[in-house]
Amino acid sequence: MTYQNNPPVVSRLSQSITTICLAVGIILALLIAGKTSSAAMQFHAFILIATFFAGIVALFNLGGRINDSNHKPSPSGVYYNNTIVKYGVIASCFWGLAGFIVGDVLAWELAFPVLNMDMPWTNFGRLRPLHTSAVIFAFGGNVLIATSFYVVQRTCKARLAGEIAPWFVFWGYQLFIVLAATGYLLGITQSKEYAEPEWYVDLWLTIVWVVYLLVFLGTIWRRKEPHIYVANWFYLAFIVTIAMLHLVNNATLPISLVEPKSYTLFAGVQDALTQWWYGHNAVGFFLTAGFLAIMYYFVPKRAERPIYSYRLSIVHFWSLIFLYIWAGPHHLHYTALPDWAQTLGMTFSVMLWMPSWGGMINGLMTLSGAWDKLRTDPVLKMLVVSVAFYGMSTFEGPLMSIKAVNGLSHYTDWTIGHVHSGALGWVAYVSFGALYCLTPWLWGRKGLYSLKLVNIHFWVSTVGILLYICAMWVSGIMQGLMWRAYTDLGFLEYSFVETVAAMQPYYIIRAIGGLLFIVGSLVMVYNLWRTILGHTAGEQSPENISKAIAAQALGE
Amino acid sequence: MTFQEISSFSQSWGAVFLMTMFIIAVAYALWPSNKEKFDNAAKSLLDEE
Repeated sequence: MTYQNNPPVVSRLSQSITTICLAVGIILALLIAGKTSSAAMQFHAFILIATFFAGIVALFNLGGRINDSNHKPSPSGVYYNNTIVKYGVIASCFWGLAGFIVGDVLAWELAFPVLNMDMPWTNFGRLRPLHTSAVIFAFGGNVLIATSFYVVQRTCKARLAGEIAPWFVFWGYQLFIVLAATGYLLGITQSKEYAEPEWYVDLWLTIVWVVYLLVFLGTIWRRKEPHIYVANWFYLAFIVTIAMLHLVNNATLPISLVEPKSYTLFAGVQDALTQWWYGHNAVGFFLTAGFLAIMYYFVPKRAERPIYSYRLSIVHFWSLIFLYIWAGPHHLHYTALPDWAQTLGMTFSVMLWMPSWGGMINGLMTLSGAWDKLRTDPVLKMLVVSVAFYGMSTFEGPLMSIKAVNGLSHYTDWTIGHVHSGALGWVAYVSFGALYCLTPWLWGRKGLYSLKLVNIHFWVSTVGILLYICAMWVSGIMQGLMWRAYTDLGFLEYSFVETVAAMQPYYIIRAIGGLLFIVGSLVMVYNLWRTILGHTAGEQSPENISKAIAAQALGE
Repeated sequence: MTFQEISSFSQSWGAVFLMTMFIIAVAYALWPSNKEKFDNAAKSLLDEE
């Protein structure tokens, strides 16, 4: 296939077609801006107009940038699209910090409610979806898009499909984030957890996501490697399943094409089940399958050893796919959902122990024979600890899905603690590991600015995570026990407000833990920034440290 | 077709279908002649630039 070995060119035809589509978008947005009665939607229409206009300008500048002399093929002759991955790394850092900071503001608001300043925009109810969407979709989503674009190119030895399409995916996704985030602050929500954006933002994401799928499939289609590496299967499962979940859970009817309000097609318990089928599979396919793809590429790469068992990775993949999709009903224990459906959700959740731990063992055992690297390479340490957190939170999750345990844990802070051990320990750590790997690779640096700073990041945020999850275990279990305590006469022993007051110290500990996590992330962003600038802190490289240790052991 | 018919069909044949698919996937992973291909895939990851 010769076309891969030619420098990439932007086709005039696709430039023109994209321009026409964006121009149509501008006209539609103008119509919405003129007709809507909602100031918030009008504001969104103006954002759309500005972005589409900027998109048209960018389209005609794209050609020059791709064909410039800086664009060289890799040793095997492939013109990798690295620029888009660089953008993804920077976007991930930006949204990560934003999401973590909003999260910690919320943690302080919970401890001291006066901090919401009595304003609608800074109220907990509006900031909370801003935090969850920023960390999951903005930070996590950008990490997944960036790493998937990197991994699929390298493992297929092919340039990313399309010249305009990947940029449409990147900027279209940022636009989705901005629309969702500003919408929450202005009070637009369809009140579905993790699916809060209203119908028009959902439609926009659908377009972006379909193009993402096509770019990914197109790259696999052009591959020079005969076998599709397992990380790509996980990415593909993530992209396809998220498309399906998004479409079904957001099946709504807008009250008007110019108003930001819609009604869901399902009602009552059907709606609840659809929502948690969506919600849990967002955990399973966005926060698990997608980040497992990162594990299956970056852990072997960083450890410089092949994955422990490739066969186990295939069994891991298929059992995860077949089991996860049924686990959603465990969010609806002791509700109007039929009992058999609750039991089904619980059973499949418990069965998930097997693939989760199989995957964890596969990731950890990849280091067998190379454990000494943990002593010298803090990036690998971060990746390995992320896999350990994956094991821990996927042990805790099935435990909490058992009805008897759920009767105690549900609606308490234990759930929040569980989510954050997965989100901070697994998702964020594996993402940080990937960002630490990608930055020197993409910008052609020998290594990171400072490995010492990586170590500081690791320890500061690990202490932060431990403060967070331990505080939430204590506060959650205490809260659950206080709610179900009865007096001898059969009355509830505690009023609700007494449980709230009892939790305050733990809320403060949690907020401090979150603050440490932010400090760690700031250290990372500084380190990555200096790496991009090409600076080095003049430390020993891991290889030199290993040599020094070996020399010492030999008694030299 | 009633709801009852669809649900009993999916609860019986649906389960058989998914189980069969899963067994095929596991058989593919464990099939002895595939081992070499998988080993190559695992190793080739470390070769690329």
